[in-house]
Amino acid sequence: MFARLVYESFRRQKRRKLLAGAAITLGVGVATAMIAVATDIGDKISRELRTFGANLVVTPQEDSLDLQVAGVDLKPPSDGAYLNEGDLPKIHGMFWHNNIVGFAPVLPVAVNVGGKGVTLLGTYFSKQLNFGKEEFQTGVRLIYPWWKVNGTWPDDNSQDVLLGERLAASLAHKAGDEIELAGQAHRVAGVLSTGGAEDDQVVAPLAVAQSVLGKPGAVRRLYVSAVTKPEDAFARRDPKTLRGPEFDRWYCSPYVQSIAYQLQEAIPHSHAEQIRQIAQNEGTVLARIKGLMLLIMLAALMAAALAVSAAMATAMFERRTEVGLMRALGAGSVSVAAIFFAEALLLAVLGGSAGFAGGAMLARVIGRSIFDSQIAVNVVLFPIVIAIAVLVTFSGSALAIRRAVKVDPVYALRGEA
Amino acid sequence: MSSGSATGLIARRAQAPQRSMFLRMLLRAAVLRRGRAAAALLAMVVAAAATTAMLNLYVDVQTKLHTEFRNYGANVVVVAKDGQPLPSDALQKIESALDGRGMAVPFAYVVARTLDGQPVVVSGTDLEQARKLNSWWSVTAWPSGVQDALLGMRAAALVAPQGQGFDLSFNGRTIHLNPAGTLRTGSAEDSRIYLSRTEFESWTGVQPSTVEIVASGTPEEVNATLQKLALALPDAEVRPIRQIMEGEARVFGKTQSTLLVSALLIILTAALCVLSTLMGWVFDRRRDFAIMKALGASERLIGGFFVTEAAVLGAVGALFGFGIGVAIAAWIGRVNFHAPVVPRFAVLPEVLFGSIAVALIAAILPMFLLRRVQPATILRGE
Repeated sequence: MFARLVYESFRRQKRRKLLAGAAITLGVGVATAMIAVATDIGDKISRELRTFGANLVVTPQEDSLDLQVAGVDLKPPSDGAYLNEGDLPKIHGMFWHNNIVGFAPVLPVAVNVGGKGVTLLGTYFSKQLNFGKEEFQTGVRLIYPWWKVNGTWPDDNSQDVLLGERLAASLAHKAGDEIELAGQAHRVAGVLSTGGAEDDQVVAPLAVAQSVLGKPGAVRRLYVSAVTKPEDAFARRDPKTLRGPEFDRWYCSPYVQSIAYQLQEAIPHSHAEQIRQIAQNEGTVLARIKGLMLLIMLAALMAAALAVSAAMATAMFERRTEVGLMRALGAGSVSVAAIFFAEALLLAVLGGSAGFAGGAMLARVIGRSIFDSQIAVNVVLFPIVIAIAVLVTFSGSALAIRRAVKVDPVYALRGEA
Repeated sequence: MSSGSATGLIARRAQAPQRSMFLRMLLRAAVLRRGRAAAALLAMVVAAAATTAMLNLYVDVQTKLHTEFRNYGANVVVVAKDGQPLPSDALQKIESALDGRGMAVPFAYVVARTLDGQPVVVSGTDLEQARKLNSWWSVTAWPSGVQDALLGMRAAALVAPQGQGFDLSFNGRTIHLNPAGTLRTGSAEDSRIYLSRTEFESWTGVQPSTVEIVASGTPEEVNATLQKLALALPDAEVRPIRQIMEGEARVFGKTQSTLLVSALLIILTAALCVLSTLMGWVFDRRRDFAIMKALGASERLIGGFFVTEAAVLGAVGALFGFGIGVAIAAWIGRVNFHAPVVPRFAVLPEVLFGSIAVALIAAILPMFLLRRVQPATILRGE
């Protein structure tokens, strides 16, 4: 009889059930999507923050001082130590290599172009490297997305170069011209605009700079862009003082410090240092955006909960006469409440499941359209979301059911409740 | 209702003009069905509050985020052309172009030599302002006294490995300096020595060649500042630091889109919640509707009654909701950005009209459905 009452109620009052179910579906959908977005936003924004450029720099251990003034490198080329280009692919074998967005070696060399002393900067543009059997690409195009080229990017294995835009303007050169570097002619593939020191430099494939310098395999510095976890007190501890499991935990967290430590391990005789301007500010911006989305998620959950409970309360109010009839026929308040709660439970589970699926889809669409990547909804969320939906549906109906049950059936049937 | 008050009521009703009947019906409807009216009003308030909070936040968070991004330091740099010093009035011109919407810090550079002939870059600047500009500089102690210098950690290892005083020479003039603290940034600053500007100028006589500027505000405001600076300083190069500006634009854009989508979702949910609650409320009162019709009320009167009721409900709900929404926005601002969100009264009309519009839709739709139904059918409970 109980099951039949519930079944018939769904069969005969399709419009009402659909309305209440739609409210639950919508509420749960919005809640699911917001939870997914808020939990994933940290990851997504971390990736986006990489557009600020490299956050780590690797230098030779025994290096002499840099002599850079206003972007002009005054350091004599014979001075200081170098890293070995052959060690670079080892970065791909690091524990956190998946967090490394890219890296670019640089080798500044002083050259003479058109009677003017300028810096020739050797680097990777988008170089194909091999680590074991794995192939990957890396270079400035990955880690410095704001570098713009008017013309084409040179191939890393070619002799072509880029001219910084201010240098190109002062030499009156454009893409397609030829310039002479250390007695050899090089084609200018394009004009580079970075808004930084490179605008006054010649930027060339690393091999070109090495042959001009006469030091094959030499790299002055290595810039690394890595997705990191915001620094905390534990991150700042000196790895030498950490023991056993503590060290493992430090080593296996993607802090900028532990990635620097691993870079030093991967590249012999090197010193890795965080670029504090980029690394330190990341955490603040990230924390603000994450905090904001968390609070907005709470607001969304509240709005969704209120929408669902309001819809349920309205649906219940409409059914006073039904309650009156049941009571008049001798049903106890417990059995009346049980029927309505069973209906609410069924609605919550059905609407909640549909809402969860819809919300997951919505989160995907948001991830695709805003971040060009997936926002996955964790399946673990499903029982939690359904439980919350049931709870909210119950609390929304509870007040209305209580009042309906209390009213004398006579008044209820006369429509005076 | 007691009979005494009923006779009083009849007496008063006889004297009262017809207009007060309309008001009475409105008030009575709200008082007698307190529960339902309160539920409808609550839904209205919640929806208006959520909408107000989201609109307030959406506008305000943008300026707050731009402020956060200013921690990255300078976004504009003014450089003298071809190694000449900047004109001596450059700093005043920059300050007047900025007009208090940012900060400008001058830097002068020379390559000095240590006693054993090692070259090292020395910079003279306003240390107090450099500290504000570059919040990420990790400094053990800032110089305070005369002849105190701030040493980049790599420079320190070269000139003062034991923390002792050292001599530097430039153009034949030697200065004795004491290391006050070391500086760690992970960039070119690590190889430099920083001095206060007065000390630097009396030693080298070199004027600043670079001014690093933090221009605050939205990208449009920063671009306007850039143009003003370029006009004010025709002899120097004014360059935006694209690394910072483009990174900011990208991260900001993504955050803004996420925020917009969230705001729309929340407002939509709130509006639908109101719609369903109010529609239920109006639908529930089809007996009132039928009685009025049976007593000979015209459709215009009934329509006017329900529409007025909905509009009043929408307006009252919107006003309360606006107050609560502003409070929620202010709370989120304080918790997350440690700065209050200024209430934006400009969104009040939007919230008010939106609420009234939703309330009217909720009232008119059920009326439209009930119009064709005979009062007798409704009153019979069918």
